[in-house]
Amino acid sequence: MAHTASTPGHDAHDIKAHVRVYFMVFGALMVLTLITVAVSYLHLPHTPAVILALVIATFKASLVAMFFMHLKGEKQIIYWSLYLTAVFFVLVFALPMWTEGDHIIGTQRHYWSGGSGAPQTPEHSPGPNHE
Amino acid sequence: MEIPYTIDARPDTGLTNPKLGIWLFLASEVMLFGSLFSSYVLLRTGAESWPVQSSILNVPLATLNTAILISSSVTMVLSWAALKMNDFSKYRLYMGLTFLLGVGFLVVKAFEYGSKFEHGLFPSVNNFLGIYFVLTGLHGLHVIGGMIVNGYLWGPGSRMWRTEPEKLTNRVEVAGLYWHFVDLVWIFLFPVLYLL
Repeated sequence: MAHTASTPGHDAHDIKAHVRVYFMVFGALMVLTLITVAVSYLHLPHTPAVILALVIATFKASLVAMFFMHLKGEKQIIYWSLYLTAVFFVLVFALPMWTEGDHIIGTQRHYWSGGSGAPQTPEHSPGPNHE
Repeated sequence: MEIPYTIDARPDTGLTNPKLGIWLFLASEVMLFGSLFSSYVLLRTGAESWPVQSSILNVPLATLNTAILISSSVTMVLSWAALKMNDFSKYRLYMGLTFLLGVGFLVVKAFEYGSKFEHGLFPSVNNFLGIYFVLTGLHGLHVIGGMIVNGYLWGPGSRMWRTEPEKLTNRVEVAGLYWHFVDLVWIFLFPVLYLL
């Protein structure tokens, strides 16, 4: 699809084909929304529920990005901007987890709190509120 | 002074300036909402207890709002397609619908918030409500911002069709990119806050 200078209506035939795709994507998004809600009523265990919800959401987001935002077939500079954004997005999630998320990833603050130096099992390590 | 490359693509990027600009802006928005999602994860996983979100929040209303916002994304892209096909009246129809669907989203949100406040559920009550109101409130402000732009493009801004139709088409496309991003954020907000 041409996004450069073109007189309106010049590629109208192409646009008509895209309009059909837009309605198909709309249908898919509605169905996926209902699936998301239906799955929540299954009361799955926490981790599978989170993974499934995020997988469906990511797929829906991809449909919006690829077709509504015309990312499919977009110029490379946009793709590279988004790859860079993705790297920083992962960092903005990972860095707080790494520094503050001991309770999530089971690391021990023992070494930084000036303890005896001997590693302790997670059951015996001080909790996040006991520095 | 005329801003360059609003109709013709720049030879080096292959894009119009507004298009590259809006994508870079959306990249910054990813970081804004991403950091708040990161805060949500840390708050929730670090909490001794966390309320059952779906018992506090209204899932059917939020599902309706999801459908409203997805529909508004479709009407937004159809408004751009109408301009590409030289159909100005269809453009006004679809852009008008986009605006009205935005109003619908905010009305539902107002009912949701009102109901929370009536039951004494304010952001100060606990971390879940705090992060819920921040995330959805910031998203709501973005919806309002998008509606201001869309309203302008439907109203006085649409006069540009007579003098510079390609420029208007590109403006609508750029506004659409922002609007789709607002929809995209909600696509993640809805399951994370309401269903998990």
